[in-house]
Amino acid sequence: MRSEFLKKVSVLVAAGAMAACGGGDSGGGDPGGDAGGGEAPAAAQVDPATVGTISGTINFAGDSPAPTAIDMSAEADCAAGYGPDGPMSNNVIAANGRLANVFVHLTGVSGGPAPSGSVQLDQENCRYMPHVLGVQVGQNIEITNSDDLLHNINASPTENRGFNISQPRAGITSNQSFPLAEVMVPVRCDVHGWMQAYIGVVDHPYFGVSGPDGSFTIPNVPAGTYTAEAWHEAYGAMSGSVTVTAGGTATLSFDYSSDMAGAHVPLGEPLVIRHGEHGIEVHRGAQD
Amino acid sequence: MDWSLPLNLSTQGVVIDRLFWIIAVLTGVAFILVEAGIIWFSIKYRRRDGQKAHYTHGSKKAEIIWTAVPAVILAVLGIYSGGVWADIRGASALPQDALTFNVVAKQFEWNITYPGSDGRIDTADDFVVRNQFHFPANEPVIVRLESEDVIHSFFVPELRVKQDAVPGMTIPIWFEATGTGEYQIACAELCGLGHYSMDAQVVIHDRADFDAWSAGQAAGN
Amino acid sequence: MATIVAEGTGQAILEEHHPQTFLRKYMFSTDHKIIAIQFLIYTLFFLMIGGFLAIMMRYQIAWPDQTLPGGGILPESMVASGYMLPEFYNSLVTMHGSIMVFLAIMPMLVGVYANYLIPLQIGADDMAFPRLNMMSFWLMVPAGLLTLASFFVVGGAASSGWTLYAPLSARPDLSGVELGQIYWLLALVLIGLSSILGSVNYITTVINMRAPGMTWFRMPLTVWALFITAILGLLAMPVLSAAGIMLLFDQTIGTTFFLPEGGGQPLLWQHLFWFFGHPEVYILILPAMGFTSEIIAAGSRKPVFGYHAMVWAIISIAFLGFVVWGHHMFQSGMNPMLGLSFTISTLLIAVPSAIKTFNWMGTMWRGNLHFHTAMLFAVGFVAMFAIGGLSGIFMASTPVDIYIHDTYFIVAHIHYVLFGGSLFALFGAIYYWFPKMFGRMMNEKLGKVHFWLTLIFFNLVFFPMHGVGMAGMMRRIYDSSGYAHLQGIQDTNALITFAALGLYASGFLFAFNFFWSMKKGKKAEANPWNATTLEWQTPSPPMHGNWAETPVVYHGPHEFSHPDVEDKDWLAQNERPDVVSPAGGGH
Repeated sequence: MRSEFLKKVSVLVAAGAMAACGGGDSGGGDPGGDAGGGEAPAAAQVDPATVGTISGTINFAGDSPAPTAIDMSAEADCAAGYGPDGPMSNNVIAANGRLANVFVHLTGVSGGPAPSGSVQLDQENCRYMPHVLGVQVGQNIEITNSDDLLHNINASPTENRGFNISQPRAGITSNQSFPLAEVMVPVRCDVHGWMQAYIGVVDHPYFGVSGPDGSFTIPNVPAGTYTAEAWHEAYGAMSGSVTVTAGGTATLSFDYSSDMAGAHVPLGEPLVIRHGEHGIEVHRGAQD
Repeated sequence: MDWSLPLNLSTQGVVIDRLFWIIAVLTGVAFILVEAGIIWFSIKYRRRDGQKAHYTHGSKKAEIIWTAVPAVILAVLGIYSGGVWADIRGASALPQDALTFNVVAKQFEWNITYPGSDGRIDTADDFVVRNQFHFPANEPVIVRLESEDVIHSFFVPELRVKQDAVPGMTIPIWFEATGTGEYQIACAELCGLGHYSMDAQVVIHDRADFDAWSAGQAAGN
Repeated sequence: MATIVAEGTGQAILEEHHPQTFLRKYMFSTDHKIIAIQFLIYTLFFLMIGGFLAIMMRYQIAWPDQTLPGGGILPESMVASGYMLPEFYNSLVTMHGSIMVFLAIMPMLVGVYANYLIPLQIGADDMAFPRLNMMSFWLMVPAGLLTLASFFVVGGAASSGWTLYAPLSARPDLSGVELGQIYWLLALVLIGLSSILGSVNYITTVINMRAPGMTWFRMPLTVWALFITAILGLLAMPVLSAAGIMLLFDQTIGTTFFLPEGGGQPLLWQHLFWFFGHPEVYILILPAMGFTSEIIAAGSRKPVFGYHAMVWAIISIAFLGFVVWGHHMFQSGMNPMLGLSFTISTLLIAVPSAIKTFNWMGTMWRGNLHFHTAMLFAVGFVAMFAIGGLSGIFMASTPVDIYIHDTYFIVAHIHYVLFGGSLFALFGAIYYWFPKMFGRMMNEKLGKVHFWLTLIFFNLVFFPMHGVGMAGMMRRIYDSSGYAHLQGIQDTNALITFAALGLYASGFLFAFNFFWSMKKGKKAEANPWNATTLEWQTPSPPMHGNWAETPVVYHGPHEFSHPDVEDKDWLAQNERPDVVSPAGGGH
């Protein structure tokens, strides 16, 4: 959607001036970069006596979807990086009753320790590694190309300003960050239509992404009761409640199932929480 | 320093190349006449003490000659070009019942829809292959060009084929390859940051090989 | 010489004697001569910038697998890990073309020389609308600043080619460029307005302010060319401005003039752009033809061969220039039936161009050629423009255009016309009229070195591009190494880049000569070239108001080597032949 003209024109001048001062480098000069440069680990800023850890799993009921093969025949160099089964998508990974690539974050909190260091996003054998990642507002995302061919990184957020940059050969790194919270920002490569990643941008450090075993960990959470939101690109979003005690480890699990395939997958729309048949449902935007 | 037209592999290329060389000879002669004239005059009439320039405001006869001669040559060239153009792109030039492919361009891919085993496009057995264009030689084929996003241009140098793919339009072109081999589609219209690498493989088979390849693809999908 | 009397009407022009501040005299001046000099400095600056962008592009084309030397100082959005990024390359391509066309060549031809020469050559004391004239320069200043700033905004400068083909230019999500594109479109609208104001001024001045006796067919060919150019500008620029505003709306407020998803039509942009764009090509060449005619006549010491044919050729080029735009669109998806009509109109327009070329040669024929630097560049113009004109015949032929469209053959062609043509003529014009503008001569030795280096390097850069285009190299590609059919020309690409470096470097020789001569050059007489047109019949530089007395014109503009004039080989437009040589008949 294009926003209104007047608003845009006023933003133009300001943004232009800002970028001109910053030399157009939209990554390094941001708060994330500064925090990353200073060796101030998040743990140093929190009192261990007041925080706990959230440890959880993403369960998956029903038949696991079969891994999807990617036709990389037009990119022989990438295809060569795979075993005898050929290139497989790492987007939706469900196995042994667990679901990977689920982004989990607390809602209704903000602030917390400043982001520390950069988050890595690699392009390897024509896939994004990792496929889902979380960053803090302003935190630097260091994007690397490990393939010796052209990739472009086309991020199309709705709240933030998007970017569309390229990395024509191996070894090139670029730095980007997002100034506004947004779950999730889709990222794609237009040269390789199958390449897709999602970045969850939140304004606090309390987030995690489930690994292949379905587990995730959110450390250093101040004691209290929170609503947590889980997001998956194919099975949609859901929320849960968790109480963290100082020094303790709270468990939190989300139950996805194969019949949630085709659910509405919110992307950067205003948050709507309501009570539905599966308990609390989280949606973005006025829908249905 | 390979300053030449690449190998030609299409029936249209034969006439295009012929026209290219006809123009090259015509303009080459004009080039030599003009440049030699300028150099000759520059030397012959260079400043000399006591030399006075010839006072004249021109010559009607000369003006008529050098208006008429280029006009006639260019008119003939224009009419000849128009004829060749009509044979290639004219409304009635599109062959009937030729094997048809849909080529859909997008940033930065060529997606080719094949007619499948029934040989007809827009039927259930069609299949799509990304960045690979296989087709048979020695028969006319039709490509229906479309674009999903911005303007691209379908360019196969060896086939002497170039046509923009414009979003919102379906543009049919045809050509007939006279040989087999592996070549490339290049994008010839600036389409964004991946423009330079928007290539696809072109494989021209003889008909039997093409049918075999097509059957193999259809089975795999 | 003593017998020569310059006749005037006897009416002294009122000169302003009130003191002027520096700001009023040199910055916000309404004097057409000062405005012309402002334009000259402005356009030379952008010529340097545009050239530098080209050098960066050439480096990438020649050595795509190398890091860009000095690229480290550029932000990561342009050069990452030492390598130039394709999106920055696309911005270079786009802004090189845009800057050269809109901020260098066009304002140099028109802003500088229409401003400087029209009043002086027709015997007027200034432009018809001096304040509009000042405004037309000061509109260019924000346009230039926006253009420069656009490189440094998020997303970088416009990157959809100087032709700004929609939808790429209208969809930030597809190009990655939002602000840069908007900045450039705003600049373009300002440039359009500046150009329209200028055109109104030039047309009015030529029609209304000619000195007594300056009939239409006594006007110097430069004035004719600039007058017709102004008409072209007045008719073509509003189309571009309107199209630019429509594109700006598509980009910002959600209209879909050029976007098919909202019912728009991408080809509409191309029709509008080229309806402007082709007349623009003639805006960029007609004044150059005018300068060349003038300089060759003075250099050959002969009247222009076929003066009337030259005037009619200018008029017919301008007229036909409005009906050939479709030849840019043969492969665009436009109805192929239109191909033949645009082929014919395009080949027709080659005829007046051929007439002009032969007439320049006719002017040199049996002349007494003085090869000063300006003359060298003017003759160089004819030689190079001929190549550009001839290569145009290839693409006018629709079937051949199928193959060479959007290849380096086109790049070669446009540079033979715009550099070998317009810029050679402009260099000639600068050397020729410099003494009038600044009251000092440019250094001839340096000028000649500059000419020969420019001629050699220019041809080494652009002639091989015909070969590169024949091999099938597409325009605007960042790296050709991925294409099998382009493997054989990579060495040519490297050669072109070396030559381009030489060409750019020789520009600095010119720049040195220009600025050094402005301060230290030999003092110029009123008429250093013994030329006939009116601007040479007033001091160098002319005073405010141009004339001590309004000149009266007695005959055509290029009366060199008149047989009735015995003690010299020229006769100024305001000299009466019977006064010069009582024996001569009244012409």
